Formats: sequence, structure tokens, C-alpha cells
Amino acid sequence: MPAPDAFLDVRDLRIHFPTDDGLVKSVDGLNFKLQRGKTLGIVGESGSGKSVTSLGILGLHNKRNARVSGEILLDGTDIVSADPEAVRKMRGRRMAMIFQDPLSAMHPYYTVGHQIVEAYRVHNNVSKAVAKKHAIDLLGRVGIPQPDRRVDDYPHQFSGGMRQRAMIAMALSCDPELLIADEPTTALDVTVQAQILDLMRDLQQEFNSALIIITHDLGVVAELADDVLVMYGGKCIEYGSAVTIFEEPEHPYTWGLLGSMPRLDRGVTNRLMPIKGTPPSLINVPSGCAFHPRCAYEPQTGGRGTTEVPELVESGRGHLVRCHLPVAERKRIWQEQVRPKLEAGS
Amino acid sequence: MTESIAREGVATQTPSKEALLSVQGLQKHFPITKGLFKRQVAAVKAVDGIDFDVYKGETLGLVGESGCGKSTTGRLITRLSEPTGGRITFDGSDISHLGTGAMRPYRRDMQMIFQDPFSSLNPRHTVGAIVGAPFHIQGVKTEHGVKRAVQDLLKLVGLNPEHYNRYPHEFSGGQRQRIGIARTLALKPKLIVADEPVSALDVSIQAQVVNLLEDLQEELGLTYVVIAHDLSVVRHISDRVAVMYLGKIVEVADRESLYSNPRHPYTVALMSAVPVPNPRRRESNQRERVLLTGDVPSPIDPPSGCRFRTRCWKAQEICATTEPPLVVREGDSPDHATACHFPVADNEEVAGRSKAA
Ligand SMILES: Nc1ncnc2c1ncn2[C@@H]1O[C@H](COP(=O)(O)OP(=O)(O)OP(=O)(O)O)[C@@H](O)[C@H]1O
Ligand SMILES: Nc1ncnc2c1ncn2[C@@H]1O[C@H](COP(=O)(O)OP(=O)(O)OP(=O)(O)O)[C@@H](O)[C@H]1O
Ligand code: SF4
Ligand code: SF4
Ligand SMILES: [Mg+2]
Ligand SMILES: [Mg+2]
Repeated sequence: MPAPDAFLDVRDLRIHFPTDDGLVKSVDGLNFKLQRGKTLGIVGESGSGKSVTSLGILGLHNKRNARVSGEILLDGTDIVSADPEAVRKMRGRRMAMIFQDPLSAMHPYYTVGHQIVEAYRVHNNVSKAVAKKHAIDLLGRVGIPQPDRRVDDYPHQFSGGMRQRAMIAMALSCDPELLIADEPTTALDVTVQAQILDLMRDLQQEFNSALIIITHDLGVVAELADDVLVMYGGKCIEYGSAVTIFEEPEHPYTWGLLGSMPRLDRGVTNRLMPIKGTPPSLINVPSGCAFHPRCAYEPQTGGRGTTEVPELVESGRGHLVRCHLPVAERKRIWQEQVRPKLEAGS
Repeated sequence: MTESIAREGVATQTPSKEALLSVQGLQKHFPITKGLFKRQVAAVKAVDGIDFDVYKGETLGLVGESGCGKSTTGRLITRLSEPTGGRITFDGSDISHLGTGAMRPYRRDMQMIFQDPFSSLNPRHTVGAIVGAPFHIQGVKTEHGVKRAVQDLLKLVGLNPEHYNRYPHEFSGGQRQRIGIARTLALKPKLIVADEPVSALDVSIQAQVVNLLEDLQEELGLTYVVIAHDLSVVRHISDRVAVMYLGKIVEVADRESLYSNPRHPYTVALMSAVPVPNPRRRESNQRERVLLTGDVPSPIDPPSGCRFRTRCWKAQEICATTEPPLVVREGDSPDHATACHFPVADNEEVAGRSKAA
């Protein structure tokens, strides 16, 4: 096995689902690395493969209906080829996930405390009393007031924000080294969202864990992520530091994302600039560049966009882009055409 | 999108100051009953005495935390729900307590767009049947037949009129939301109440729908009330914005004043919590953020006086005893009203810009 140079090292990950309509290529050749103490933001359109990727990292795909290939090295151990029992042991202890909908992820018939206690005892051979003390401690840490009393509440007795905190407490019960948060704040009000983001930042600093945050909200990414991976049609189409992605993005899809979003930190623009068309089918993926049917710059690549899949190529230090346009041309379009439009009105 | 409405950068027209809709002391209390005889033991005060106007041709945004009463307000003003108190005047007529029959002529004039583009469309009906239904229900005569009218509407919202016979599941989320909008437009309403019209949509599709709503307003002179929790979308689309907290309007202003000079402590907290898509400003954003602690109080038993006082860092004794009226505060434009005894000043150091108690 090659020596890992990152805590999490994903290599050529492919996750395909055979269905009656054809093979769904949800994730199709994904590569990235993540160090301890760092946060990776994954953004992209609905259906681009973000959640399927995160479930893959946790080894949660059923081998009967998902074809997973490539490597997911967590501290050197490959999750794709490891035996399911070993992966199960790693889940919870070394890696954990926070799901979008805390209600569906918690059992309505058991108290919040009971569920944290059980999650903890799966991996730790301690008495119930000790585990409960740990649960109270965790609830307090995630900011639940009077945790010793609230530990015996049922999930429905918690507000949305408190439930999400309880989920985080559960995910953290075993001090995971890798935490994946899939749309952790989408269902919440901005005021609660701000609390949860603060909490995740604090906890990550405290435990030096690696964090992956998946979201539609570019604001959330800008708040938390060190690096950003932009997905489109099951592939990474742009990767770079958060500052690079927000200030010098080079992929036409990323430009589209930024243009679609009204921003409070800028003046009011008269007009949003949506990406035209609709997301691609993952069964009949468009030929060539999957974004080409929606891309305004496709004609400028002399037809290559419709026939040839672009490679993910380094365009600057640690900045990867999958597009046929020459680097200089992309930089020019961004500087001269796209950015001025985005900033108009400010 | 049809050519006629795909204009770039249209300036928003200045709305008149003539109220299309006017609401005074509007209330909706949902009874909580107990026992065999359904004795009322308490009430959820979902909307508890609010006043506002919606001017002809404008867009009023309605924002606030989950459960503060935004959707209930929307349902009241379109009279899908019966108010327990107060008065709703639409186009000069009092419609507060009209029955189904008496409401019918007004129904055409006010329509609602819902959040979930899928569940609000019957999966077994074709797009043609869905968009055409209002014509049949209201018994409206069309010049060239219903089919032609529906196809015109599909074109207007940027859908292919040949898709008349398709079913909702054959469309994407954004397209389904367009179908819902086409249906809404069938009867040429004057007022559209859109309850979270884009929050279920992907960012790129969201922008398409927002632009469409703006184009249609321009084209047809529509008046909108847009309910949304996304403050950036609301600022983009609204002329004026009302902020709700626990069944009350706590602040209302034209969007420029509200976003640049929020006066109510709750509005200040709300604005500061919006994540800013600029990684370089990460630290300063966090420093300037007002973190609200504690949960929203129950609308069954709201705090006395000012309802925000249990989470407000500026609260004084008077806040517990006297409810602050929603009025224009000194130095503010006549359009800007705030319900607070101690409004936040423009240059005020917001106490503990970090964790507010
Ligand atoms: N078990 C499955 N069988 C078949 N297709 C699947 C399965 N799970 C996911 N998919 C498909 O894989 C694609 C990627 O799904 P995924 O949930 O990863 O999207 P996402 O990027 O997380 O989107 P969203 O932002 O909407 O959550 C989708 O088209 C989805 O329909
Ligand atoms: N039919 C009902 N019976 C009892 N209580 C209700 C009913 N409808 C709404 N409520 C309550 O009224 C309050 C206001 O609800 P409403 O749906 O108007 O909030 P909202 O501001 O639209 O919230 P959200 O942002 O979550 O959609 C809530 O406390 C809600 O639980
Ligand atoms: S490869 Fe061509 S179609 Fe794809 S994003 Fe680049 S310019 Fe557009
Ligand atoms: S009235 Fe008092 S409690 Fe209410 S918002 Fe103003 S200062 Fe805070
Ligand atoms: Mg997902
Ligand atoms: Mg609502």
C-alpha cells in the first residue's frame, strides 16, 4: 500500500448504481486529500454526488446496489477494500457524520441521552452510568442549557437547533478524527445556524479533527472551509483554497454559482445571473464536458467541450480546474467579463 | 424564457403609495383544546396584532425566525384562513370575514405560491390540466379556448408550450415551480403571496425563478408579498421588508434603510448572523456577530411587554411592562418603523457583539 501523505486520501473514487434505467454514475473519478485540523467544503448542484461521496467515505453504501471502486485511505487504511466489520468499527470511533435532518436521524422513542449513551457504548466498554455522565458533559459542551435535566428529554421536546446540537453531540461522542457534516444547517434559522457553525469551529480546534462540510450555501463555505471542492455531474470541476475559489474562480460553472447568489455584503444588483438550463442526467451524462449544454463559453473551445472530457489540471498552486479553455483565457474572462458583472451594484 | 420578458437589468419601478392591501390589528389564535367537550385551555398566538400596508406594484418581504407567524400571515391575507381579530382591506373592500361565496370575486385577485413545487402539484394531472384548472373552477371565459390560454401562460413563465401533456415528475424542481407560478397567473391576480418560493430550489435554479418573478411583476404590474428566510434573497427582491418575531412585526422599512440601518435589536442580530461569502472577512464577521442565546419563547405564553426581551441585550425594566409600539423613531425616514424602546443607533457599539446574553 502506498504511504499516505494525508489523513484522508481519496483516489479515483467511483460510486455507480445499477438501476432499471441504466447505470447512475453518481461519483465518477474523484480525488482529494484532507489533513487533520483542516476543513474541506464540498459544494455543487443538487444531485452532483456530494452526499453519495460522504456516505462512501463512511463505508455506508450497500455492496448489493452500489459499485464502489478506487481508494479511500483513512490514516492509511483503505475503506473501499476493508472488510465491513472493520469499517463499522471505524465509524463512530474514528469517523462520524452529521446528517441534514436531525429528526430522521434520531429515534423518536428513546431519550436523547439514551441515544448518545448507546452510540458511545458501542465503541467504549464503560458502564451506563459513566456513559451517561459523558452524554451530559457533551450536551453541555454543545450548548444545551441544563444538560443534566435535558438529557432525559425525547427528541420532540427539543427545538430544531437543539436537536441539531444533540446530533453533533452524538457524532462527537467518540472524538472522531474525521467529521463529515452534510448540510448541517440547511434546515435551521440563520441565528441558530450561526451558533452551530461557531460550535463546529470550536470543536474542530479543540480536537484537531478533519472536517468535511457539504452545503449549497456558499456563505457557510466561506465561513468554515480552508479548501473548497466544486462538484458537477459526479466529478470535481474545480478545487482550490477558499480565497481562490471566491476571488479567482476559473471554471464557468463556479462563475455561474457565484452569479446566482444575491449577497448581503454587496450593493443590490438589478439582476441575478442564473446558470441556464437544468442539471445533467447521470445516466446519459452529456458527452465531453458534462457542463457543455449549459456553458456560454463552449463555442470558444472549438467544439472540444462537446466531444472530449477535460482533465482536472493544475492552473496555479493547489488550484485545479477541469475545463478546455486555456488558463490565460479563463483568467481573462473572469477578470474582464464575469467579475465586473458580479460586482456591479456594489 | 420568452424574449419579451428576458430584459437585462431592468430598473425596479417606483411603486405608488396607494395601498392594495391594508392590515390592521390582524390576529390569528389557534385554540388548544382539552377533554371530551374540546374546552379551550389556551391558544397559540401565531399572529398577534399586526399592522401593515402593501402598496400597488411593490414587493413587500416578510422575514423572521421559523414559527414567528409568516405563513399564517400569508394565509390570512389571502383569506385561506379566518382571522380571529383585526381587519383586512383589499382594494378598498373589507374582506376580513367574507364567506366562501362572498370571497369568490376576490379569489381571482389574490393568489398564493407555495414552497414545495412538488407536493403542491397533483402528480396525476398533466401540466395542461393543472395550469388550466383555475379557468374551470372560476368559470372564466377565454378568448381562444383554455388550451391556448394555458400555452400562453407556459410561454410566459419560460416553459415549452408543447409540454402541455406532460406530468409534473417529468420536470425539474425549478420547472415545477414555474408550473406553479403559471397556474397562479391564470386568473391575472393583482396580489401574489409567495411563501418561500425558492427555498426548495438549487441556487442556480433559484436565480432563474427570482428573475422570472421580477420580470412578471414588471410585465403585469403585480404586487407581491414574499415570505422567505433567506435575507439575501429578500433584499434582492423586495422594495420594503417587514421583520417578524413571535407573532409581531418588530420592524418595517424600505430595504435600503432596513439593511443599512437596522434599528430593532432582533433585526440587528438576524442580519449579523447571515454568513458572508467572503473568506477574507471570516474573522471580522465572527467578531461582529450578535449571537442570540436561548430559544424562541412559546407563542402560547409569550413574554410580557416586548416579546424579544428574554433574548435582548438591551432590555430594561420598561421592556417587561410596556409593549413598544411600531412607530417611526427619531431620525429615521417616515417609511421606517421600529417596535423598540431603545432602538440601536447607527454607530452604536452593540454590547457584546460576540455573545449577547
Ligand atoms: N441508491 C441509489 N440508487 C440510484 N441512484 C442514486 C442512489 N443514491 C443516489 N443516487 C443518485 O446519485 C446522484 C447523486 O446524489 P447525491 O445524493 O450525492 O446528490 P447531492 O449532491 O448530495 O445532492 P443534494 O444537494 O440534492 O443533496 C443523484 O442523481 C441521485 O439520484
Ligand atoms: N393550524 C395550526 N394549529 C395550531 N398552531 C399552528 C397552526 N398553524 C401554525 N401554528 C403555529 O403558529 C405559529 C406560527 O406558524 P407559521 O407557520 O405561521 O410560522 P412561519 O413563520 O411560517 O415559520 P416557518 O419559517 O417555519 O415556515 C407556530 O408556532 C406554529 O406552530
Ligand atoms: S470545457 Fe468547455 S463546456 Fe466545459 S466548462 Fe470549459 S468551456 Fe465550458
Ligand atoms: S423594547 Fe427593550 S427588550 Fe424589546 S427589543 Fe427594545 S430594548 Fe430589547
Ligand atoms: Mg445531498
Ligand atoms: Mg412558513
